[in-house]
Amino acid sequence: MTEVFFYIMAGIVVVGALGVVLVRNIVYAALMLIMSLLGVAGIYILLSVEFLALVQILIYGGAVTVLVLFALMLTRTDDLKAKLDGDQKPLAAVAAIALLGAFFAMISQTTWPRDVNQLTVVPFGDIGDALFSRWAVPFEIASGVLLVALVGAVVIAMQEEGER
Amino acid sequence: METVSQSIPLENFIVLSSIVFSIGVYGVLARRNAVMILMSVELMLNAVSINMVAFAVYTAPSLFVGIIFAIFVITIAAAEVGLALAIVLRVFKNRGTANVDEIDTLKW
Repeated sequence: MTEVFFYIMAGIVVVGALGVVLVRNIVYAALMLIMSLLGVAGIYILLSVEFLALVQILIYGGAVTVLVLFALMLTRTDDLKAKLDGDQKPLAAVAAIALLGAFFAMISQTTWPRDVNQLTVVPFGDIGDALFSRWAVPFEIASGVLLVALVGAVVIAMQEEGER
Repeated sequence: METVSQSIPLENFIVLSSIVFSIGVYGVLARRNAVMILMSVELMLNAVSINMVAFAVYTAPSLFVGIIFAIFVITIAAAEVGLALAIVLRVFKNRGTANVDEIDTLKW
């Protein structure tokens, strides 16, 4: 049963990802991205990390995709369709397939340090404890990064004075 | 922390993650619209997160560093996408295009 669920979720993720890079319509590509990211949330649930699944849906499924859709709307031009892919498309496909081959070769040759048919359920509380004790400094730095990025994004995207 | 027996081996998650990462690489290399490239980068970041979470719960559960890392990856990805889209909007306002091939002022 779990296996079936895994293959469904993996299928959603991979089909969505392929849609992002192959679909001709740019808005459909953004919607495919949402599908793929929600599939990743399902994968997190399979890995029994519900907290990350919630964060994934909130931040990726909500905030990031809305941001991307707004950017698509604001940067819309008529010649968008013609120039979606560059001339290097075949080369890009070769590079991606070569990378995938290298990954598969590595995966098949690696021996794992312990029995990899057991997974450990990490409770919510333990993640919170670790985040606010052992990882407190990176956590604070991350909040600083978010603040700087927020202010920076506003400043960069703002209309300058004297501009139309 | 309880250990549960899982019918899905670790390899499945790693294979899924490498497939999604490769698709993201293809997107970054093939797409020419700046927003599309960012979307492909998001795919790659997600692939890495899956990878780290899978390793965390399967191989190093007492530390679960991978889960913490995935949280930070999501945070930084949110910051990155906000800033990058602001830059794309700025470039679009100044140059009238979001095609990365036409934004080549710094290219020698």
